Amino acid sequence: MGLDIRIPLGLVFVILGVIMGGYGVFTWDNAMYAYLSGLNINFIWGLVMLGFGVLMLALARNKQGGER
Amino acid sequence: MHLSIIDWSIMLVYFVFVLGIGFALKRFMRTSNDFFMAGRSIPAWVCGLAFISTNLGAQEVMGMGACGAKYGIITSHFYWIAAIPAMLFVGIFMMPFYYGSKARSVPEFLRMRFDEKTRAVNAISFALMTVLSSGISMYAMALLIQTLGLLHGIVPDNWVFHVSVLISAVIVLSYIFLGGLTSAIYNEVLQFFLIVAGFLPLVWVGLRNVGGWHGIQQRLPLTMTHSWRGMTHASTNSFGVELIGLVMGLGFVSSFGYWCTNFLVIQRAMAADSMDSARRVPIIAAIPKMFFPFLVILPGLIAVSIVTHTSADNTPTTIVSSTGQAVPVPLDEAHPHGIIPIKTDSISGKPLIDTSGNPVYNYDLTIPIMLLHFFPTGILGLGITALLASFMSGMAGNVTAFNTVWTYDIYQSYIKKDASDEHYLWMGHMATIGGVALSIAAAYAATSFNNIMDALQLIFAFVNAPLIATFLLGMFWKRTTGHGAFTGLLGGTLAALFHHGLTRPADAVAGIHGGWITTLHLYSSDMAQNFWTAIFAFSVNMVLTVIVSLMTKPQPESELVGLVYSLTPKPEEHHLAWYEKPATLAIIVLAICIVLNLIFA
Repeated sequence: MGLDIRIPLGLVFVILGVIMGGYGVFTWDNAMYAYLSGLNINFIWGLVMLGFGVLMLALARNKQGGER
Repeated sequence: MHLSIIDWSIMLVYFVFVLGIGFALKRFMRTSNDFFMAGRSIPAWVCGLAFISTNLGAQEVMGMGACGAKYGIITSHFYWIAAIPAMLFVGIFMMPFYYGSKARSVPEFLRMRFDEKTRAVNAISFALMTVLSSGISMYAMALLIQTLGLLHGIVPDNWVFHVSVLISAVIVLSYIFLGGLTSAIYNEVLQFFLIVAGFLPLVWVGLRNVGGWHGIQQRLPLTMTHSWRGMTHASTNSFGVELIGLVMGLGFVSSFGYWCTNFLVIQRAMAADSMDSARRVPIIAAIPKMFFPFLVILPGLIAVSIVTHTSADNTPTTIVSSTGQAVPVPLDEAHPHGIIPIKTDSISGKPLIDTSGNPVYNYDLTIPIMLLHFFPTGILGLGITALLASFMSGMAGNVTAFNTVWTYDIYQSYIKKDASDEHYLWMGHMATIGGVALSIAAAYAATSFNNIMDALQLIFAFVNAPLIATFLLGMFWKRTTGHGAFTGLLGGTLAALFHHGLTRPADAVAGIHGGWITTLHLYSSDMAQNFWTAIFAFSVNMVLTVIVSLMTKPQPESELVGLVYSLTPKPEEHHLAWYEKPATLAIIVLAICIVLNLIFA
């Protein structure tokens, strides 16, 4: 209806991915990841969410392109 | 708990989008059809995700985690035995009637199939239940915020509850008022992905920590890691139920009663853009539903498998109890309690002890404590946001169901019959405000009455249990009459009530757990009693409906076309590719479900 859900969906995950991924970079090698065996979960998961967001936006773009 | 600025910004971004979607959809809300039924224009995959997401309130998320911690993987029965078959059934067999009849709600379908009085029973009981459910969600969310100390230091402690209730009410009210069902559906899709985003990494790091599923199997008793062990007898499994009670009570009556008749979920399928879409919606929803045990039950199992108790920042995890004290998480090798905190008395702050002298564990806090244990700042904000989002979607779904049933089934049917569409659109907006206001009242009522949540769950069970008999008879037996349906529905509900009053779980005293008339029979557990109440209510409804229907005048067949299986042409499927046919999809889903059962048996 009017608005393709994939646009806000993609957008929110891109923004959240950037925030978390950015924070992950900012806290690289921080002691708080020691408990997770050094896994920088903020960076990794931020990147995954960013990828998902981009995928959603691409699918929305694709559909709009197809309809034109 | 202290959240950093990063955690708060993640939460803020999410809530901005929630409201933003409402604002963006406002201009499309031109008719009551747009507002209440999303213009029947939503694609199947969106409806499918909303269908399952609206069901996935935080009580489900937290409740399943708690159940997993307490009982083990047997909890998966709620998904693989209960939910999946019911969802497949409603998609294939019942959606043609719901969607094809052009009914705007489930009570309206009952009016079309039976008569006004049957509609009235369903509409009034359902409207009441939605408001109570929404209120309970609001209450539970405020309680969690209070327990976790999320607003500690930001808002004075004795204001926290009120602030939480107010903020959640305002957010939900805003986006439903602006964008109606479409806004609710879109936000439910957002919330679905947010829950996956919040819980998938939790399961990932949790499994790494305890050594995978093998690690869990080594640390926990056998019955906790095998879902079908000891199911032949009630005393050998942690649910305290035997096979018949489980399959018929949970698998059939309770779950079909919910998934096939509850307008909360059916409303999302009715919003689909075509009959083919509508039939696929519950089946599409079943796919993620099948895998949710790994997202919500597994954290519970992980929580009780953990043998160390330092958290992400290397300090012992504490939780702020309602007295404001920091209660340390216990370490106990003898029982698989892992990191589950002990319940403390809210007044004295001392640990609660049960009748055998052992401390009582607060399993309800399993999921929050897992988040605190594994997630450092940053992703912690994501996890908390996912949890809060699921509370609010539980509220929002109930509000949209309420405003539709109120406007169409109560207001338009009995109060003001022939007004313009603008008037009903206006009423829908007012009903949204009214629904939220009543939810707030219900949330505050929950604070005053000790056992209100248990009592309400009971009421829901009583109302839900007989429903599926009415719908099955209505859709598949043309001889069922309005008088029969009405009598059966009332009789079934009363039967549930009396069954509860006359039986009791063995370890409980008479009262809220049953036996308040007298105790004629003892069950091995609460769950066994629940399941058998459902079976009893269903059976009484079925018998009464059949008898009364045969004694009353049959409805002319011409009136039942499109409403009964034998008088409705089968849905046309030739234009669909093999993978688009609902039956094919359903068989694939069922096969995967059986495989999952076998793997974890």
